Formats: sequence, C-alpha cells, structure tokens
Amino acid sequence: MQFMLLFSRQGKLRLQKWYVPLSDKEKKKITRELVQTVLARKPKMCSFLEWRDLKIVYKRYASLYFCCAIEDQDNELITLEIIHRYVELLDKYFGSVCELDIIFNFEKAYFILDEFLLGGEVQETSKKNVLKAIEQADLLQEKTEYHSKSFIGFKKAY
Amino acid sequence: MALKMVKGSIDRMFDKNLQDLVRGIRNHKEDEAKYISQCIDEIKQELKQDNIAVKANAVCKLTYLQMLGYDISWAAFNIIEVMSASKFTFKRIGYLAASQSFHEGTDVIMLTTNQIRKDLSSPSQYDTGVALTGLSCFVTPDLARDLANDIMTLMSHTKPYIRKKAVLIMYKVFLKYPESLRPAFPRLKEKLEDPDPGVQSAAVNVICELARRNPKNYLSLAPLFFKLMTSSTNNWVLIKIIKLFGALTPLEPRLGKKLIEPLTNLIHSTSAMSLLYECVNTVIAVLISLSSGMPNHSASIQLCVQKLRILIEDSDQNLKYLGLLAMSKILKTHPKSVQSHKDLILQCLDDKDESIRLRALDLLYGMVSKKNLMEIVKKLMTHVDKAEGTTYRDELLTKIIDICSQSNYQYITNFEWYISILVELTRLEGTRHGHLIAAQMLDVAIRVKAIRKFAVSQMSALLDSAHLLASSTQRNGICEVLYAAAWICGEFSEHLQEPHHTLEAMLRPKVTTLPGHIQAVYVQNVVKLYANILQQKEQAGEAEGAQAVTQLMVDRLPQFVQSADLEVQERASCILQLVKHIQKLQAKDVPVAEEVSALFAGELNPVAPKAQKKVPVPEGLDLDAWINEPLSDSESEDERPRAVFHEEEQRRPKHRPSEADEEELARRREARKQEQANNPFYIKSSPSPQKRYQDTPGVEHIPVVQIDLSVPLKVPGLPMSDQYVKLEEERRHRQKLEKDKRRKKRKEKEKKGKRRHSSLPTESDEDIAPAQQVDIVTEEMPENALPSDEDDKDPNDPYRALDIDLDKPLADSEKLPVQKHRNAETSKSPEKDVPMVEKKSKKPKKKEKKHKEKERDKEKKREKEKKKSPKHKKKKHKKEKEERTKGKKKSKKQPLGSEEAAGEPVQNGAAEEEPLPPESSYSLLAENSYVKMTCDIRGSVQEDSQVTVAIVLENRSSSILKGMELSVLDSLNARMARPQGSSVHDGVPVPFQLPPGVSNEAQYVFTIQSIVMAQKLKGTLSFIAKNDEGATHEKLDFRLHFTCSSYLTTTPCYSDAFAKLLESGDLSMSSVKVDGIRMSFQNLLAKICFHHHFSVVERVDSCASMYSRSIQGHHICLLVKK
Repeated sequence: MQFMLLFSRQGKLRLQKWYVPLSDKEKKKITRELVQTVLARKPKMCSFLEWRDLKIVYKRYASLYFCCAIEDQDNELITLEIIHRYVELLDKYFGSVCELDIIFNFEKAYFILDEFLLGGEVQETSKKNVLKAIEQADLLQEKTEYHSKSFIGFKKAY
Repeated sequence: MALKMVKGSIDRMFDKNLQDLVRGIRNHKEDEAKYISQCIDEIKQELKQDNIAVKANAVCKLTYLQMLGYDISWAAFNIIEVMSASKFTFKRIGYLAASQSFHEGTDVIMLTTNQIRKDLSSPSQYDTGVALTGLSCFVTPDLARDLANDIMTLMSHTKPYIRKKAVLIMYKVFLKYPESLRPAFPRLKEKLEDPDPGVQSAAVNVICELARRNPKNYLSLAPLFFKLMTSSTNNWVLIKIIKLFGALTPLEPRLGKKLIEPLTNLIHSTSAMSLLYECVNTVIAVLISLSSGMPNHSASIQLCVQKLRILIEDSDQNLKYLGLLAMSKILKTHPKSVQSHKDLILQCLDDKDESIRLRALDLLYGMVSKKNLMEIVKKLMTHVDKAEGTTYRDELLTKIIDICSQSNYQYITNFEWYISILVELTRLEGTRHGHLIAAQMLDVAIRVKAIRKFAVSQMSALLDSAHLLASSTQRNGICEVLYAAAWICGEFSEHLQEPHHTLEAMLRPKVTTLPGHIQAVYVQNVVKLYANILQQKEQAGEAEGAQAVTQLMVDRLPQFVQSADLEVQERASCILQLVKHIQKLQAKDVPVAEEVSALFAGELNPVAPKAQKKVPVPEGLDLDAWINEPLSDSESEDERPRAVFHEEEQRRPKHRPSEADEEELARRREARKQEQANNPFYIKSSPSPQKRYQDTPGVEHIPVVQIDLSVPLKVPGLPMSDQYVKLEEERRHRQKLEKDKRRKKRKEKEKKGKRRHSSLPTESDEDIAPAQQVDIVTEEMPENALPSDEDDKDPNDPYRALDIDLDKPLADSEKLPVQKHRNAETSKSPEKDVPMVEKKSKKPKKKEKKHKEKERDKEKKREKEKKKSPKHKKKKHKKEKEERTKGKKKSKKQPLGSEEAAGEPVQNGAAEEEPLPPESSYSLLAENSYVKMTCDIRGSVQEDSQVTVAIVLENRSSSILKGMELSVLDSLNARMARPQGSSVHDGVPVPFQLPPGVSNEAQYVFTIQSIVMAQKLKGTLSFIAKNDEGATHEKLDFRLHFTCSSYLTTTPCYSDAFAKLLESGDLSMSSVKVDGIRMSFQNLLAKICFHHHFSVVERVDSCASMYSRSIQGHHICLLVKK
C-alpha cells in the first residue's frame, strides 16, 4: 500500500498515512486530487478506480471516506478488507466510533493504524492482538503518567 | 525555584491541548487561517519552554495542523526533542510527528540516528515498537545503512511483537540500502518458519514484495512456499503466497503445472472472494506463461471464466468490476472463451456505474472480430448518443477509434462504413478528440487507396457544412477534423466531383475564425485544388473559366494575408503573388496548368513513426563530435535543429521531389525487404489480412457496393452508417450463398465418390471478404532500419537495485556495517533479552582525563576509527582539522545551594542529553545475577550546574527486589542531591519495587562544580531480594562516570547569533588536527552532534560550524573542516 487517507464528506482530511516518501507539496497535490475524484463519484459506483499508475480503493463509512492507494498487482478485495478491519479496530477501541472520535483523538487513530499496518503491509491480522498491543501501550502511558505524578507527591513529602 | 515551578504549572493550565485546538478551529470557521496562525504563534512559545510535557503537547498540536496542510518543517528539531523524551507518552507523540512530517529532505534527520538506535535497544518493547513504526515512515539511505544491523538483530528478538515489526521494516531498509539484502536474507528466510504466525506472515509479506520485483532470485524458495501454501489457513498469508507464485511461474513453467491443481482446489473451496480473486488471477498468469504447452488446461480456463461470470453477475459493483478486469486478462490469451460471454459484457455497457462501463469497453476492444465489429460499433454509437457527461463520451469515442483501427484495421471489412462512422462522430460537440478523428481520416485516406474517392466526397461535404466552423473556438475541438478534410480534398482533388464548389467553401470568410494551423492547411490545399481546376479547365479549353477561378483566388486570398498567424500569412502572401503571376500569364493566353500542377506532383506515402530513430548511423560518423568547436558564448545551437524537425513531423509530410527518385526508392525498398526477410530479428509489420485476400485466388471479389452518396451527406446530422450494416449483412449473405452453392456443387461431386459426414458450414472470420479492394500502404522505413529497439528499462526504478543474487554465499565485504570497538573486551555479559545492551557492555571504559579538550579529541579519534566501514574506503586520506573555540563567560558560575530538589528525578528531559557510549545513551553501569543497572546522564539547562542521571534497574532474578537504596560517595566536584535532612552517607531510596523480569527507571540529580573535570563516583545499590524461600540482603557496587561532554546540552543556535558570538571576541580558541578519519563528513557531523551534544549551525560543503552550551551556560563553538 502506498498511502491511506481518511477524509470527510466535506473533503476535510482526517487522517493521512504515507508509506512512500513524497514531498509535502506532492502529498498535498495528491490529496486534493483524490478527495475531489472520490467525492465526485456516485454512491452506487464501485470502490475502485485507476489513478495515475496506481489503483485507488475507497469505502465510505458514515460520513468518512477511507481511501487507499495500492499498486497494480495488489489485490483490491483484500485492501477493502484492510479498510474494514481498520474500521472495526477503531470501532472496538472507541466503542462505536464516529468522525468526532477520530478528530479529537487523531493520535490514537494513528497509533491503532501503526499497530495494524507497518510500512504499508499488514503486520497483524488478528484483531485481538492489535487491540492488546494498543491497550498495553496505553497502560504504559498511563503508568508513566501516574509515575510522574507520584514523583510530585514524593517531592512534597520532603 | 519554587516560584518558577508554580509559574510553570499555571502557565500550563492556560495552554491549549489538542482538544481545545480542534474545538477552536471548529468554532472559527470564518477566520480559520487567522485563528490557526495565532495558534502557531502560541505553539512557538510553548516550544521555547523547557518542560517536555508542554513541548510534547505543542508537537501533538503541530501534527494535527500538519494534516490540515500547514508547514511544520520549522519544528523538526523540536520533534526530535520530543522523540528523545524518556517517557513513552511523549516519545510516542514525537515519533508520530516525525513519521508524519519527516522526509528525505529533512536535514535534522541525521541527528535521529542514535536516538533511534537507543530506542531500538530499549528494554521496553513498546519503545522499540514505536521507533520501528516511526522509522518505517522516514527511513533514509543513511539511516538504513546505520541501523540495518540493529534492525537485523531485532529480527531475532525474544518478543514476537518486535520480531514482526523488525521483519517488516527490513523491506524498507532493503529499498534504501540494497547492500543489506544479502547479509540479512538468511535470517529473513529463517523467519518464514517462525513459530509465531504474525512473524511468519510478515516474512512472507517481505519476501513476496521482494520477489515480485525480481522473481528470478527467489525461485529457490518455491518448495518452501509451496509447503506453506498447502498448510496455511490464513487467507492474508495465502493471498501473498499465491501472488508470489504468480510472479515466479513465468520463469519456471514446471512450477505452474504443479500449481494448477492446488489453485483450482482453492477456487472450488474458498468462500473468501479476495482469495478466490487472487487464485483466479494467478491461474490466469500461470496459464499465460504455460501458453500452449498443456492440452488439459482448458478446463481451468473454463473454471476461471465461469467463476468470473458469477462475479460479473453479482449485484456487488465491486465484484462486477473486478470480474471484468480479470476477464480482460484472460482475453489476451484465450479470446474464444471470453467471446462466448459477449452478451454479459454488452449488458455491462448499460451499467449505471461508469467505471464498470469503461471496463466493459476495454473488454470489447479484444472481443471484436470481422464478423461482429459493425454490430459492436453500432451499439457503441447508440451509447455515444445517450451518454451524459463529456468524459465518458470522449472515452467512448476513443474506444470506437481504437477498436476499429487496432492491428492495422484488421477487422474492418468495409472502409466506407468506417469513414461514415468517423463523419458521424464529427457531430459530437465539445469533444476533446477532434484531432484523433482527423488523424484517422488522414490515415485511412492515405493508406487505403480504394477509399479515396469516397473519402474525398465525404470530406468535401464536411468542408461545406457550417456546423464544424461554429465550434472553432475550442482547442483540439471537433473543428480539427477540418484540418483532415481540407488536406484530403486538396491532396486527392482529382476525385472531387465539384472542385469549384469545394474551392469556394474553402475560401469562405468564416474560415478565418479557425485556428491558425488549420487555416494554414486550408491555404496550402486551396492551391492544390486550384491547380487541379486550372488543369481541368485548360484541358476543356475553357480559358474564361480558368481566369474566373484565378480571379476568385485573387479576391479571396487577401483575407488570409491579413491573418495574425504567421504561418498563414506567409503562405497566403506567397501564394497570392504566385496566383497574380499566373493571372498575368493567363491574360497573355499562356497555358499555365501544367506548370502549376507540377508544384504538387508525386505521391505521398506514410512514414513509420520510428523511421527516423531507425536510420543507422553510418560507420565513422560520430554524432556527438563537434563539427566546429562551439563558440564561447552559450548559444544553444544544438536545440534548434531538433525543434525544427519536430515541427516538420507534426505537419503532414510534404511532397517528394521527382519521379526518378521514386524509382530509386522502389529499388531500395525491394532490397530492404529482402534484407528484412533474411534478418530473423526484424519484426515485420503484420501483413494486413486485406492484402492477403487480394492475393488469395479463389476468394471471389465482390464488387464495391455503390451508394448514392449525395443523399445522406447533403444533410449533415443524419446517421447513415447503419445503412452499411444492412448492406454489409446483405453482402455477406450473398457471399455466403455463393459459397454454399459452390460447396454444394463440390459436395455433390464428392457424394458421388464416397459419403461424407456433413459438417455445418460455419461462417468463420476468415470467410468474410472485404468490400473494397483494400490496399493498406505499409509505413515507410529507412533502408537498413535497425532491429527493433529494446524496451528500455527505467534506470530510476527503485526496485532494480534489489535485483541481487541471494544464493551466492556471503562475502566478508558484504557484512553489514556494525559498530565495532577498537579493543573489545572479551568479557561477555550473559544478557540475551536485549542483544544491543550486550554490545554496550563490551565497550572499553575510558580512562580519566585531566583536560577536557584532550579527552574529547581522543574520543573522537577513537570513534572515527571504530567507524571504519568497508563502504568508505575511498576516503582514505581524509584529514580533519578541528578548531575548537571555547569561551567561558566572564560571569562566575554560582554554586548551587538549593538542596530541595534532592532525590527528585527531573521530570522535564528537555534537551535530553546522551552520554558518551555511541550505541545508545544508556550504558551498562553494573550487573550481577539479581539486577542489571544501565544509566544515562543528561544535562539540564534550566537547573544550573545540574545533571540528571537516569538509572534503569532490571530485575533478572526470580525474586522480588525491594527496599532498594542507592548510596553514592560524593566528590569535591560532583555531589548528589539528597532529600532534606539526610546526611552525605545516607542512601537515597529507589521509589519502586521490582517484580521478577521487570525493569524501571529512577532519576537522580547531581550538582556539578566545574565542567572541565571528568569524574568517577563510586556507589552502591543495596536491596532486599525476596522469594519463596525467604529474603536476602544484597548489594551491588558501581562506578558512575561523568565525562566533560556529559555537561553539555544540545542547544540549537541560529547562524546570526552564532556570528555575533564569534565577533564578540569573548571566546578563547584552540585547534587540533585529527588524522585517519574514514567516515563521511555527514556521519562525522552526526556523531559529533550525538556524542558531544553539538548542533550544526551551518554547513557549507566540507566545513561546518557547530554549537553547544554547557549546563552552566558556556558557549562552545566548533568549526569542523575536512
């Protein structure tokens, strides 16, 4: 996979992950172009389109479009599956996820994506394992936060 | 101090967090840009603070803004700061920001190398994980080279979580640093059989991606993958493996035969559409590669086609689309099996989804035959009529032309029909493909001699009709066809029925609204027509008529002379003079027609597009050599001839000079054909089937169907190609009847002899004879044309570098650059869990040095020697001159009296410091069977003269460690900050307990007197180890080592401030020269930055100025020259 974009029906970008090195300018250009193309498509149309030398696979969930770019030989259906899996993960993590969850916790959405895909390849096919890794990392985060708080307490004691 | 803290926390209360920012942006819909620029200013303020939590929050907000399209490259350094935070919460945010905003052009990226290395070897798997994930997004060739070995080590990590990530990221490393592929490959291969399915799947992923690009190097893995394929039940993995086989089979047909069976089984059994689709695709690929080797694979093709039909019939648009896509792949090799589903494909043309219709169109392209071409095109023409939206209509238009013109008009049996289709297409308004239609008209009229008469009549009608002129405003619009029409009418004017009428049409005032290049063609061809008319009139003896035509020309040409287009103007004025001259001659009754038509004598033949390229360079001619030495002033002379030539190509080729040349040409052509026939490498242009029919005796030639052309053509807009369909059917019917008759006769004859089983006479493609006597003029090629050009591979293909033979044994020179130590100690720590730490322990401890500068330089020397990697051999005699300018501020440093921060680990690791060991900033302090201590010394700027020592304690025993206390013997120069009221000899408690296998970090603050003194402090860790059998009191001695560069903090400095500092003259100066450095300058700088806490202020070629600050605020400027 070359990149993944999440954007709203209004064309606002909600998440972007690039697995190929591109300049910011190029990224912006691609994003603008793709958002326009995908939004212009009618709801009954199929989820695939050919774009430059890539294939675009997109799917709409509620008000959000999930859009992936894959190479010529890649499997479109498995890419749809990846998108769906990611949505499921978000759903499990946030508890019936909505666009606002992703807007306000965009870093979490990235962390989940990073546990699921690495360098554009699926790294963990088990939903359970992905969620476990995220939960543990979150726990670690809370622990260190707690830890630092306890240090403040520690200091006051003296 | 306390006040400062309180102030800090109050400030923080008013800081916006990410949620506030998002909410703010949503509330400022009208003046979003203004609001955000305000936020960015706030963020800039926050980044200036030393509190890492504030920084991390700021960086997090920046990451969000980056997504909204704001440039955050200016904060790259701050991102690195947050990345190097010790707390996971912040580190995570730092890496996220880096992975979103860093790219190869980010200059500070080289500063991250050691931070990443440190994180990779972190005892926490999540630190490692986050570093790997981040690295996968911004890995550069330099990072890949420096970290390849570390990542390779991680591939054998004890935790599958790390192994899996390490394996996947190796692919990115290979792409950036192909030299790492061979040394890493054995381990990668090993991972195919990893006990953890996630790791296994990762390894399959990586090898599949590698093999797709360069399959031949991975053939030897086929048996292993075959085993995996038959045993795996994971669809994600299966899909990858099957894809891999798809790439391998073209190289090894035996593999294909073996694959067919398991694949067809999978096709039958699987319920997952994605897997089914992959299998079908691979079976198709396999069968294509097997081509005609196997007789029994028609069953497999049938199976695929059947399954695809099910997909296409599905109500799911996605499956429909993919079904059509896969179908088009089968079509290339097995057109027959697809053609039987023509009904289905034609149905898809009516689908409401445009992308499906386009796919169906692609399929139709391959499905046409002589028999069904007219029918299919008729269907497409009706779609053209009802198509809404110009893009789809244009697509249809190009498809129609593609379908008809494919393989040299192979399927067209009636060119009159084709010309009328083209004429019908000119009714499309607002199309962008006028030039396409025009090109087709020209091509057909030039190459099919028999059609010229018909074409000319149609074209003259086009010239006559007004609707084309009306649309002349658009570029590439439909008016382009007038270009073709004018040219055809002019060039083949002898076929015109009413040349005078056409001439007048071409001289209408409205013509001047056409684009310049079309007008130019008009002007040129008007003369051809004129010449033709003159000749006719003179032959008929109508001198007056001839003069009238001349007068018409003289009257109308001036409108072109006034044209703004240079080309038109030039041609028109030239021709006007010519015509005026003719007029004079005519007045004297001199016959001129012969001479005028001599201007345009000769036949034009099409030239192959590659003809120019194929002219062989004569021996002894060097095209690159200068004929004359170029003049000193840079006039780009060499550009010009090419441009001229290009333009010539664009225009239609002009006339050939004379008859004699024609003969010569014919002779040469014959010779060339001979040569080509004998040359096995010459790819012959496929002989047109029409030609074949001509030669075939026995196939009866049906006379050209005569149509009353004037009827449909005088009324533009009336569809008439339909007539041809009917006529064609009739014609074929007649043809068939005649054939049948003959066949019957033959049969009757045969029946007399012996009885034959009667086979139904099926009308095959080959039976249809073309309506016209068609002779497609083949394109001209220069004599001695070079053999067909090879398909040049793209030299920039990033995957080419990975075309590496993996079966060759590994040579020593290929080993990955490993950080080596000059005199590695033999003692090895038994550490298994964290292999990187093991290395650190081998590092020789540095002897105490009295003078700071001496010490530093020696260190540098050592590091540089360590870094000799085989890659940098060329830079053998590089010298380094270092000038060190060190200035001390006049103000005396004040001893820090406050004891209150005692025992308190500093929370803000702002400008985090790394100690000397190059591998990681955490170095081994001491270890025994219970516990292992690693430490990291960081200076802090806001707390003058203090350094923080972070000690990671790892419990390696099966006991719980508790009651841990740390006691350190202070020296004159360095004192540990202790809790109030405790004496120098009391130990400081460690604020946590350690269950077995757990590690945690405690931080201690030390106050430093002089920053020019290296220090070693003795200390002891005492603890109670408690297990089921009881508790024992244990202790572990260690030596804390402060070097002078541990007192420095990385501080960015702007070049103007740097220049001022140098100008001030407050700095004292000394310099030193270091020999024998063999690493690249870039790396050297990175090393100095990391190990000695400098930052690069400015770098010009092989010279860099660097800056750092001591914890007591001394400025240190460093100039490094190569």
